[in-house]
Amino acid sequence: MKIFDQFDKAFENRLRLQIMSVLVANEYYDFNALKELLNVTDGNLASHLKALEKEEYIIVTKSFIGRKPNTQYEASPLGRQAFKKHLEALENLIKQQK
Amino acid sequence: MFYFDFQSSFKMEEKDIYNELSSIRNLMERSTKFISLSGISGILAGLYALIGAFMAYKLVYPSPQYLGDSFTVSNTTLVQLLLIAFGVLIFSICTGIWLTMRQANKKGENTWNPVSRRLIYNMSIPLLTGGLFILILLYKEQFGILAPASLIFYGLALISASHYTFSDIKWLGICEIVLGLLAVAFQAYGILFWAVGFGVLHILYGSMMHFKYKQ
Repeated sequence: MKIFDQFDKAFENRLRLQIMSVLVANEYYDFNALKELLNVTDGNLASHLKALEKEEYIIVTKSFIGRKPNTQYEASPLGRQAFKKHLEALENLIKQQK
Repeated sequence: MFYFDFQSSFKMEEKDIYNELSSIRNLMERSTKFISLSGISGILAGLYALIGAFMAYKLVYPSPQYLGDSFTVSNTTLVQLLLIAFGVLIFSICTGIWLTMRQANKKGENTWNPVSRRLIYNMSIPLLTGGLFILILLYKEQFGILAPASLIFYGLALISASHYTFSDIKWLGICEIVLGLLAVAFQAYGILFWAVGFGVLHILYGSMMHFKYKQ
Protein backbone atom coordinates (compact mmCIF):
# COMPACT_ATOMS: atom_id res chain seq x y z
CA MET A 1 0.00 0.00 0.00
CA LYS A 2 1.70 3.11 -1.27
CA ILE A 3 -0.51 5.40 0.71
CA PHE A 4 1.43 4.69 3.87
CA ASP A 5 4.41 6.50 2.39
CA GLN A 6 2.46 9.71 2.76
CA PHE A 7 2.23 9.29 6.51
CA ASP A 8 4.69 11.28 8.48
CA LYS A 9 6.98 9.14 10.61
CA ALA A 10 7.16 11.87 13.22
CA PHE A 11 3.44 11.44 13.82
CA GLU A 12 3.50 7.66 14.17
CA ASN A 13 3.13 8.18 17.86
CA ARG A 14 -0.33 9.21 18.88
CA LEU A 15 0.81 11.67 21.54
CA ARG A 16 2.98 13.52 19.03
CA LEU A 17 0.03 13.90 16.71
CA GLN A 18 -2.06 15.16 19.61
CA ILE A 19 0.60 17.69 20.63
CA MET A 20 0.76 18.89 17.05
CA SER A 21 -3.04 19.30 16.81
CA VAL A 22 -3.03 21.54 19.88
CA LEU A 23 -0.12 23.64 18.61
CA VAL A 24 -1.62 24.00 15.14
CA ALA A 25 -4.91 25.24 16.61
CA ASN A 26 -3.24 27.75 18.93
CA GLU A 27 -0.70 30.51 18.62
CA TYR A 28 1.32 28.91 21.41
CA TYR A 29 0.87 26.62 24.41
CA ASP A 30 2.97 26.12 27.52
CA PHE A 31 4.30 22.89 28.94
CA ASN A 32 2.03 22.62 31.97
CA ALA A 33 -1.12 23.42 30.03
CA LEU A 34 -0.23 20.76 27.46
CA LYS A 35 0.44 18.26 30.23
CA GLU A 36 -2.95 18.94 31.78
CA LEU A 37 -4.86 18.93 28.52
CA LEU A 38 -3.34 15.68 27.25
CA ASN A 39 -3.23 14.07 30.68
CA VAL A 40 0.30 12.71 30.38
CA THR A 41 3.39 12.56 32.57
CA ASP A 42 6.20 15.13 32.48
CA GLY A 43 8.74 12.68 31.11
CA ASN A 44 6.52 11.32 28.40
CA LEU A 45 5.51 14.76 27.19
CA ALA A 46 9.06 16.09 27.31
CA SER A 47 10.50 13.24 25.26
CA HIS A 48 7.89 13.62 22.52
CA LEU A 49 8.28 17.39 22.48
CA LYS A 50 12.02 16.85 22.06
CA ALA A 51 11.37 14.56 19.09
CA LEU A 52 9.15 17.16 17.43
CA GLU A 53 11.74 19.84 18.14
CA LYS A 54 14.39 17.70 16.45
CA GLU A 55 12.23 17.47 13.35
CA GLU A 56 11.96 21.28 13.52
CA TYR A 57 8.18 20.95 13.61
CA ILE A 58 7.90 23.06 16.74
CA ILE A 59 9.60 26.19 18.05
CA VAL A 60 10.57 26.24 21.71
CA THR A 61 10.84 29.47 23.70
CA LYS A 62 12.19 29.24 27.21
CA SER A 63 11.56 32.01 29.67
CA PHE A 64 11.01 32.58 33.36
CA ILE A 65 7.94 33.72 35.24
CA GLY A 66 9.49 34.94 38.46
CA ARG A 67 11.85 32.09 39.31
CA LYS A 68 9.80 29.37 37.66
CA PRO A 69 10.81 28.22 34.19
CA ASN A 70 8.07 28.59 31.63
CA THR A 71 8.47 26.94 28.26
CA GLN A 72 6.26 27.93 25.37
CA TYR A 73 5.78 25.78 22.30
CA GLU A 74 4.52 26.83 18.92
CA ALA A 75 4.12 25.04 15.60
CA SER A 76 6.67 26.00 12.94
CA PRO A 77 5.51 26.56 9.33
CA LEU A 78 7.21 23.26 8.48
CA GLY A 79 5.30 21.51 11.26
CA ARG A 80 1.98 22.98 10.14
CA GLN A 81 2.60 21.78 6.62
CA ALA A 82 3.57 18.30 7.80
CA PHE A 83 0.47 18.09 10.00
CA LYS A 84 -1.76 19.11 7.10
CA LYS A 85 -0.17 16.54 4.81
CA HIS A 86 -0.57 13.85 7.43
CA LEU A 87 -4.28 14.59 7.83
CA GLU A 88 -4.71 14.58 4.06
CA ALA A 89 -3.08 11.15 3.96
CA LEU A 90 -5.55 9.91 6.58
CA GLU A 91 -8.43 11.28 4.55
CA ASN A 92 -7.08 9.70 1.38
CA LEU A 93 -6.92 6.38 3.13
CA ILE A 94 -10.60 6.63 3.96
CA LYS A 95 -11.46 7.57 0.39
CA GLN A 96 -9.48 4.66 -0.97
CA GLN A 97 -11.19 2.16 1.25
CA LYS A 98 -14.58 3.26 0.01
CA MET B 1 0.03 4.70 27.57
CA PHE B 2 -1.82 4.59 24.31
CA TYR B 3 0.65 3.87 21.64
CA PHE B 4 -0.19 2.91 18.17
CA ASP B 5 1.74 3.34 15.02
CA PHE B 6 0.66 3.04 11.48
CA GLN B 7 3.27 0.48 10.55
CA SER B 8 2.10 -2.09 13.02
CA SER B 9 -1.54 -1.57 12.21
CA PHE B 10 -1.45 -1.91 8.49
CA LYS B 11 -4.99 -3.10 8.48
CA MET B 12 -6.15 0.06 10.11
CA GLU B 13 -9.88 0.11 9.91
CA GLU B 14 -11.84 2.98 8.49
CA LYS B 15 -13.48 3.29 11.89
CA ASP B 16 -10.09 3.80 13.55
CA ILE B 17 -9.21 6.62 11.19
CA TYR B 18 -12.54 8.27 11.85
CA ASN B 19 -11.89 7.99 15.56
CA GLU B 20 -8.43 9.41 15.11
CA LEU B 21 -9.69 12.34 13.05
CA SER B 22 -12.52 13.10 15.44
CA SER B 23 -10.20 12.93 18.44
CA ILE B 24 -7.89 15.41 16.71
CA ARG B 25 -10.80 17.73 16.00
CA ASN B 26 -12.00 17.40 19.59
CA LEU B 27 -8.55 18.22 20.91
CA MET B 28 -8.19 21.25 18.65
CA GLU B 29 -11.55 22.52 19.83
CA ARG B 30 -10.91 21.79 23.49
CA SER B 31 -7.55 23.52 23.36
CA THR B 32 -8.99 26.72 21.87
CA LYS B 33 -12.43 27.05 23.44
CA PHE B 34 -13.44 27.28 27.05
CA ILE B 35 -16.66 25.31 27.26
CA SER B 36 -17.28 25.10 30.97
CA LEU B 37 -19.30 28.31 31.11
CA SER B 38 -22.43 27.59 33.06
CA GLY B 39 -25.86 28.34 31.64
CA ILE B 40 -27.39 28.51 35.11
CA SER B 41 -25.06 31.36 36.05
CA GLY B 42 -26.50 33.29 33.09
CA ILE B 43 -30.03 32.71 34.37
CA LEU B 44 -29.08 33.84 37.88
CA ALA B 45 -27.25 36.92 36.55
CA GLY B 46 -30.43 37.76 34.65
CA LEU B 47 -32.49 37.47 37.83
CA TYR B 48 -30.10 39.70 39.78
CA ALA B 49 -30.28 42.26 36.97
CA LEU B 50 -34.08 42.23 36.99
CA ILE B 51 -34.16 42.72 40.76
CA GLY B 52 -31.61 45.53 40.44
CA ALA B 53 -33.53 47.19 37.61
CA PHE B 54 -36.75 47.01 39.64
CA MET B 55 -35.06 48.65 42.64
CA ALA B 56 -33.57 51.34 40.40
CA TYR B 57 -36.97 51.94 38.80
CA LYS B 58 -38.54 52.43 42.23
CA LEU B 59 -35.82 54.91 43.08
CA VAL B 60 -35.81 56.99 39.92
CA TYR B 61 -39.23 56.96 38.31
CA PRO B 62 -41.45 58.29 41.09
CA SER B 63 -39.43 61.50 41.12
CA PRO B 64 -41.16 64.17 39.04
CA GLN B 65 -37.93 65.53 37.60
CA TYR B 66 -37.61 62.44 35.49
CA LEU B 67 -39.79 63.12 32.47
CA GLY B 68 -37.74 64.47 29.65
CA ASP B 69 -34.75 63.13 27.84
CA SER B 70 -32.29 63.64 30.61
CA PHE B 71 -32.03 62.73 34.25
CA THR B 72 -31.69 64.99 37.18
CA VAL B 73 -31.23 62.90 40.27
CA SER B 74 -30.16 63.85 43.73
CA ASN B 75 -26.76 62.79 44.97
CA THR B 76 -28.17 60.30 47.48
CA THR B 77 -30.24 58.63 44.76
CA LEU B 78 -27.17 58.47 42.57
CA VAL B 79 -25.17 56.78 45.29
CA GLN B 80 -27.99 54.28 45.82
CA LEU B 81 -28.16 53.59 42.08
CA LEU B 82 -24.43 53.00 41.92
CA LEU B 83 -24.65 50.65 44.90
CA ILE B 84 -27.38 48.66 43.17
CA ALA B 85 -25.37 48.48 39.94
CA PHE B 86 -22.27 47.45 41.84
CA GLY B 87 -24.22 44.83 43.80
CA VAL B 88 -25.67 43.28 40.63
CA LEU B 89 -22.21 43.19 39.08
CA ILE B 90 -20.51 41.58 42.09
CA PHE B 91 -23.25 38.99 42.61
CA SER B 92 -23.24 38.05 38.92
CA ILE B 93 -19.46 37.72 38.71
CA CYS B 94 -19.25 35.63 41.90
CA THR B 95 -22.08 33.31 40.82
CA GLY B 96 -20.49 33.00 37.38
CA ILE B 97 -17.06 32.13 38.74
CA TRP B 98 -18.43 29.71 41.31
CA LEU B 99 -20.70 27.78 38.92
CA THR B 100 -18.09 27.74 36.16
CA MET B 101 -15.46 26.31 38.49
CA ARG B 102 -17.93 23.67 39.64
CA GLN B 103 -18.72 22.79 36.04
CA ALA B 104 -15.04 22.56 35.12
CA ASN B 105 -14.34 20.35 38.13
CA LYS B 106 -17.12 18.03 37.08
CA LYS B 107 -15.53 17.70 33.64
CA GLY B 108 -12.12 17.21 35.23
CA GLU B 109 -10.87 20.39 33.60
CA ASN B 110 -8.80 23.08 35.18
CA THR B 111 -10.54 26.47 35.26
CA TRP B 112 -7.31 28.39 34.98
CA ASN B 113 -5.80 27.43 31.63
CA PRO B 114 -4.49 29.29 28.58
CA VAL B 115 -7.96 29.40 27.05
CA SER B 116 -9.75 30.85 30.07
CA ARG B 117 -6.92 33.35 30.44
CA ARG B 118 -7.37 34.47 26.82
CA LEU B 119 -11.14 34.59 27.35
CA ILE B 120 -10.85 36.85 30.37
CA TYR B 121 -8.18 39.02 28.74
CA ASN B 122 -10.25 39.59 25.62
CA MET B 123 -13.39 40.32 27.60
CA SER B 124 -11.75 42.67 30.03
CA ILE B 125 -10.49 45.16 27.43
CA PRO B 126 -13.96 46.32 26.27
CA LEU B 127 -15.37 45.92 29.79
CA LEU B 128 -12.74 48.06 31.49
CA THR B 129 -12.91 50.65 28.71
CA GLY B 130 -16.68 50.77 29.11
CA GLY B 131 -16.46 50.96 32.89
CA LEU B 132 -14.08 53.93 32.77
CA PHE B 133 -16.14 55.58 30.03
CA ILE B 134 -19.26 55.34 32.19
CA LEU B 135 -17.48 56.57 35.33
CA ILE B 136 -16.13 59.61 33.46
CA LEU B 137 -19.59 60.44 32.09
CA LEU B 138 -21.17 60.00 35.52
CA TYR B 139 -18.58 62.39 36.89
CA LYS B 140 -19.69 64.85 34.19
CA GLU B 141 -23.30 64.25 35.30
CA GLN B 142 -24.32 62.54 32.06
CA PHE B 143 -26.53 60.00 33.84
CA GLY B 144 -28.57 59.05 30.79
CA ILE B 145 -25.57 57.33 29.23
CA LEU B 146 -25.34 54.64 31.92
CA ALA B 147 -27.84 52.16 30.44
CA PRO B 148 -26.88 52.48 26.76
CA ALA B 149 -23.12 52.50 27.37
CA SER B 150 -23.18 49.47 29.67
CA LEU B 151 -25.24 47.53 27.11
CA ILE B 152 -22.98 48.46 24.18
CA PHE B 153 -19.66 47.78 25.90
CA TYR B 154 -20.97 44.53 27.37
CA GLY B 155 -22.11 43.47 23.90
CA LEU B 156 -18.65 44.24 22.49
CA ALA B 157 -17.05 42.25 25.31
CA LEU B 158 -19.27 39.25 24.53
CA ILE B 159 -18.41 39.36 20.84
CA SER B 160 -14.70 39.47 21.56
CA ALA B 161 -15.11 36.61 24.08
CA SER B 162 -17.05 34.50 21.58
CA HIS B 163 -13.83 33.43 19.83
CA TYR B 164 -12.75 31.60 22.96
CA THR B 165 -15.98 29.93 24.05
CA PHE B 166 -19.35 28.86 22.64
CA SER B 167 -19.84 30.92 19.48
CA ASP B 168 -23.53 31.44 20.41
CA ILE B 169 -22.31 34.17 22.76
CA LYS B 170 -21.70 36.33 19.69
CA TRP B 171 -25.43 36.60 19.02
CA LEU B 172 -26.11 37.61 22.60
CA GLY B 173 -23.46 40.30 22.12
CA ILE B 174 -25.12 41.59 18.94
CA CYS B 175 -28.51 41.75 20.70
CA GLU B 176 -26.98 43.72 23.58
CA ILE B 177 -25.41 46.22 21.16
CA VAL B 178 -28.70 46.71 19.29
CA LEU B 179 -30.52 47.27 22.59
CA GLY B 180 -27.79 49.70 23.64
CA LEU B 181 -28.18 51.72 20.44
CA LEU B 182 -31.97 51.79 20.91
CA ALA B 183 -31.41 52.93 24.48
CA VAL B 184 -29.37 55.90 23.23
CA ALA B 185 -32.17 56.81 20.84
CA PHE B 186 -34.85 56.50 23.53
CA GLN B 187 -32.99 57.58 26.63
CA ALA B 188 -36.12 57.98 28.74
CA TYR B 189 -36.60 54.21 28.62
CA GLY B 190 -33.01 53.45 29.62
CA ILE B 191 -33.93 51.28 32.59
CA LEU B 192 -36.36 49.28 30.49
CA PHE B 193 -33.74 48.50 27.82
CA TRP B 194 -31.23 47.74 30.54
CA ALA B 195 -33.66 45.30 32.20
CA VAL B 196 -34.31 43.56 28.88
CA GLY B 197 -30.61 43.37 27.96
CA PHE B 198 -29.15 42.27 31.25
CA GLY B 199 -32.21 40.55 32.71
CA VAL B 200 -34.46 38.96 30.09
CA LEU B 201 -31.74 38.17 27.52
CA HIS B 202 -29.48 36.56 30.14
CA ILE B 203 -32.30 34.37 31.37
CA LEU B 204 -33.23 33.38 27.80
CA TYR B 205 -29.65 32.71 26.77
CA GLY B 206 -28.75 30.98 30.00
CA SER B 207 -31.62 28.53 29.61
CA MET B 208 -30.82 27.95 25.93
CA MET B 209 -27.19 27.19 26.73
CA HIS B 210 -28.17 24.99 29.62
CA PHE B 211 -30.38 22.78 27.49
CA LYS B 212 -28.32 22.92 24.31
CA TYR B 213 -25.14 21.72 25.99
CA LYS B 214 -26.93 19.41 28.46
CA GLN B 215 -25.22 20.60 31.57
